[in-house]
Amino acid sequence: MEVSSLFDDVKRMNMRQFYYQVLSFGMIVSSALMIWKGLMVVTGSESPIVVVLSGSMEPAFHRGDLLFLTNYPEEPVRVGEIVVFKVLGRDIPIVHRVLKLHEKSNGTIKFLTKGDNNSVDDRGLYAPGQLWLTKSDVVGRARGFLPYVGMVTIMMNEYPNFKIAVLVCLACYVLVHRE
Amino acid sequence: MHSILQRGNALLAYVLSVLACLTFACFISTVFLNYRTEVDISTVKILVKNVPDYSASREKNDLGFLTFDLQTDLTHLFNWNVKQLFLYLTAEYETANNKLNQVILWDKIILREENAKLNLKNMNAKYYFWDDGNGLRGHKNITLYLSWNIIPNAGFLPNILGQGSHAFKFPVEYTTSRI
Repeated sequence: MEVSSLFDDVKRMNMRQFYYQVLSFGMIVSSALMIWKGLMVVTGSESPIVVVLSGSMEPAFHRGDLLFLTNYPEEPVRVGEIVVFKVLGRDIPIVHRVLKLHEKSNGTIKFLTKGDNNSVDDRGLYAPGQLWLTKSDVVGRARGFLPYVGMVTIMMNEYPNFKIAVLVCLACYVLVHRE
Repeated sequence: MHSILQRGNALLAYVLSVLACLTFACFISTVFLNYRTEVDISTVKILVKNVPDYSASREKNDLGFLTFDLQTDLTHLFNWNVKQLFLYLTAEYETANNKLNQVILWDKIILREENAKLNLKNMNAKYYFWDDGNGLRGHKNITLYLSWNIIPNAGFLPNILGQGSHAFKFPVEYTTSRI
């Protein structure tokens, strides 16, 4: 489809059709948001899908792999699980495996993590003075794995122009294209 | 006639949907499989010391040392949707301080095509066996078991408990000499 014919389409639209296109664009945006928020409710995690950003869990997870998380409060954290946690002062959550865990009789837990590909545990990554993680640091537990798919978001984050171009193209396509 | 853009779009959509279907087939064909198998674990040498833990609180904590034998054959666990096994040997016990303690002592990554028949003799632990306090000396019931986390090409990330564990006791006296 050529550019001139694209704009011919727009010219031939009347107001009613134009509103219809705007509304359908709004539908797409809001349904994407609904799916994300719905997943948050179903999985109990504030971020149900994460993209692996570092190679610290290689060869299991590489950069750009996608992880599906759950965070049900009744499911206890156990050793050997892959947890995604946040550390004070770091923006990006970390995906590592639980190495040691101590649970008090009142149910409070403290645990230590380590990346499969790192030679030492994560105490150096935690906030200064922090020796253990607790349940409140956990964003989710990895339950599902999908390779490569997250590469798109890594590209978008590293090349903001690419992100803008993709978004503009998609928006134009949806607004201009007549169904 | 269809333009290049339309053809490319159709081709891309088709490729993506075929890939998605294949990935789903890969996931669904292996999701109900039973990945449990027999493991034979025994301990050889067991010591306990009481030394300052400079990696954590700097207080004197109990530090266990042990060597172990491990025999298992995990070759049959590999199928077209198993990329890697992450094996880990856990020591689980109860102390006055904590209702549940879990410490990973040793782990191993087995990739596809690698030898999955293990026959380890007199292995040293890979990680320090620090207790959270002084609960190891004379402890009567520490359970050792092997588990594995299956990393698929795409799908669930199950943690499987091996069949067969080993319980041991720590000596009632601290070892004071260097090992």
